[in-house]
Amino acid sequence: MAYFEAKNIVKFFGGLAAVNGVEFKVEKGQIYGLIGPNGSGKTTIFNLINGYFPLTKGRIYFDGEEISGLKTYQICQKGIGRTFQVVKPLKRMTVLDNVIASAFLRSPNKAGAIKLAEETIDFCGMTSHKDKLAKSLPIASRKRLEIARSLATKPRLLLLDETAAGLNPSELEQAIDLIQKIRDSGVTVIIVEHIMKVIMTISDTILCINHGMVIAEGTPVEVASNHEVIAAYLGEDYGAQS
Amino acid sequence: MTFMKRNTAPLIVLLLLIAFPWIVQDSYYQHLMILVLMWVAIGSGWNLISGYTGQVLFGAAAFFGMGAYTAALLLNKLDISAWWGLPLGAVLSVALAFPFGWISFRLRGPYFALVTLALNEIMRHVATIWESLTEGMVGLLVMQTFVSKVPYYYIALALAVLSIVGVDLVMRSRWGYYFVSIREDQDAAESMGINTVRYKMVSLCLSALLIGLAGALYTNYMGFIDPKVVFSLHDISIMAILVGIVGGVATVYGPAVGAFIMVAVQEIFRSAGFGLFPYLSKATGWAWMATVTKYVSEAHVLSFGLLVVIVILYLPNGVTGDWSNLTRRLLFRKRETA
Amino acid sequence: MEVFLQTLVAGILKGGLYALIGIGMTLIMGVMGIINLAHGQMMMVAMYVTYVFFHYMGLDPYITLLISMPALFLLGVLIQKFLLNPLMKVESILPENQVLMTVGIGMVLTEVARFIFTSNYLSVKTSYSTAAWHWGGISFSVALCIAFVFACLLTVILFWFLIKTDLGRSIRAVSQDGEAAQLMGINSERIKVITMGIGAGLVAAAGTLLLPIYYLFPDIGGPFTRRAFIITILGGLGSTVGAILGGVSLGLAEAFGSTYVGMEYEDLIGMMIFVLVLLFLPGGFKRLTKV
Repeated sequence: MAYFEAKNIVKFFGGLAAVNGVEFKVEKGQIYGLIGPNGSGKTTIFNLINGYFPLTKGRIYFDGEEISGLKTYQICQKGIGRTFQVVKPLKRMTVLDNVIASAFLRSPNKAGAIKLAEETIDFCGMTSHKDKLAKSLPIASRKRLEIARSLATKPRLLLLDETAAGLNPSELEQAIDLIQKIRDSGVTVIIVEHIMKVIMTISDTILCINHGMVIAEGTPVEVASNHEVIAAYLGEDYGAQS
Repeated sequence: MTFMKRNTAPLIVLLLLIAFPWIVQDSYYQHLMILVLMWVAIGSGWNLISGYTGQVLFGAAAFFGMGAYTAALLLNKLDISAWWGLPLGAVLSVALAFPFGWISFRLRGPYFALVTLALNEIMRHVATIWESLTEGMVGLLVMQTFVSKVPYYYIALALAVLSIVGVDLVMRSRWGYYFVSIREDQDAAESMGINTVRYKMVSLCLSALLIGLAGALYTNYMGFIDPKVVFSLHDISIMAILVGIVGGVATVYGPAVGAFIMVAVQEIFRSAGFGLFPYLSKATGWAWMATVTKYVSEAHVLSFGLLVVIVILYLPNGVTGDWSNLTRRLLFRKRETA
Repeated sequence: MEVFLQTLVAGILKGGLYALIGIGMTLIMGVMGIINLAHGQMMMVAMYVTYVFFHYMGLDPYITLLISMPALFLLGVLIQKFLLNPLMKVESILPENQVLMTVGIGMVLTEVARFIFTSNYLSVKTSYSTAAWHWGGISFSVALCIAFVFACLLTVILFWFLIKTDLGRSIRAVSQDGEAAQLMGINSERIKVITMGIGAGLVAAAGTLLLPIYYLFPDIGGPFTRRAFIITILGGLGSTVGAILGGVSLGLAEAFGSTYVGMEYEDLIGMMIFVLVLLFLPGGFKRLTKV
């Protein structure tokens, strides 16, 4: 069985199907990309995996266990971490405290939590910021903090939701480096991204969805030349041309 | 920073407090200080759930009254010393908080606050109506164990110290980090593996414990309770909020500062300026002075209302909260020029 | 059977008046997201205004409506403009600032009233205060019936206002999405001020209409605030239709509770309904009917 599997997941909001029968598998150690036009259901899929929304139908499996129906904090305890598209820093706490709060999950005593937090902050290159209040950070650092906080829970699977949005080119390079560093440390990554440069360069496999349904899956090259994908992003005319 | 350096001011204050009954022998002032110490405990309890965890408690009196009645009923119905009411009252307050929190924490923000108000009112009505248990509006009498106020003072002091030290320890621990995380962003907290329902419950139970202890102490000290007093919305629940916000929400020493200020305010109004107004009206013989005196002594609820309005608008982080902001800004300036 | 019908009638008539209180509050909650714990106290102010005009100028309460409603409108506007709107900009750790502020305002209003009028129970005795029509063995209190009619009239006018006028539409826009409304050129702050005024005006009408058959003292605000809440939560936030249903429901519950269980349980019943609805039917009637 695959390391992570979503089986025919469906989510209805009232009469609207935000996610309608999506299925995919992720292998251990992969970086798995999720793309699609705005409103296609990408963040909803994350919310379903994370336990944020209950599934209308379908099941989700992680490392041999079914996790559909578990509460959000339980899913985190099982080893799935998540960042938010609109970042959620704990504003009135310092960067260090933000990460310590997370680190307590795996390290219940305070000294251990502080150590784990400092190591994680170092891994993410944020040591110089560690005593700053989260609300004073610019967006790129907030995104990094979001990742650091998630990493402190020692996830085996990390869901990154539009980590690169709003970053300038050099910040983008740093973000790509960090994600690859995360994968190299043994964490499987599922990443939702709009910025093609990021997702095409780092993903092993990409899933493209539109209107809550899968329209393509494959390597970056395959997906980029898939005419349905092109149609979804650029319109029917372009799709027909390819 | 070592423990001593960080805490010099509070430790000095503590020494003064320990010495207080020897320095000031007048029982009137001893009484006021006992009230202050009691409010330190209540305010600290309130602060835990409202200031640190962000679930604002509008009905603290529910737990205060629970503690108070436990102590009174132990003596009146079971002939057990009302002092057992302290541990037992704390336990029963927690026992009230637990199911209450369990059902109410699914409500976010202001709705939770409202339900705590409803709890307060329900408890008050129950205590008033269930006459066979509580003697209703007639109230319950408890024989006071000590004639002098001094033993009560030290017990209250112990409670106040327990509250402050307890809150400080909790907030430095894992629980403290979790409480603040829940306040800052509940959804983020969940994604960090924090069982927000459980920790909101923990916070509420700790708060109920402190507030209930204070209630039981009140019964033993005052010797008489009735539903209108111990479940009072204005004199207990709103007072608790004021102690918290005036002193400084989400600070360890805020409730202590707030308790001192609020008891002073309450007493200034009750005694018409500590007797200043009656003195002035006698001394001057002016009729309007007499009316002013009468108004001032009845105005304490009005003063509470005005204080709430003013503090929220102009001093939202209380004396300690905005103070540290102020000093930080001043120090920053100094460093730049130096 | 007669007792049952009598209770039913009393409940519905009173419920109509309650609906007026609830509509004001649900409008405020829907548009501003503010929980106004001073709602009942504003009603108290209106009642004192009515009392003063009756006692010192002999004005019939129904005429005083024309004074009390605008007066409270003004009070609501001032409160929103100077005390509540500024709170949006204050940075504070404590999350429930607005609610707390309204608690403070309620306390101030009550105590000021106590200073001016003392805690004595006051009443307004008009020719129709105790009059009743009899029909089929049931007595209909004249004052309550007239109040009910006025309440219906005001509700209809309010609906017309919300649906047909520009200002009304702006209010509904802000209640649905404040930011989006601002982006479309609606001055959200001004709308909030006006809405608070309207809410206050409506509750003023309820107070004035109720005074002939009720009694007045400073602490009367609290129970009415509580009722306003229960109605708002029962009916569903922001739903004016829900508030009507909620008002009538509460009127009926109180009437039946009073008749069959006991007068002193009236408050307790209300509180329990409030808690139960909050916990088990969070959307209120609105959610049930998807109105």
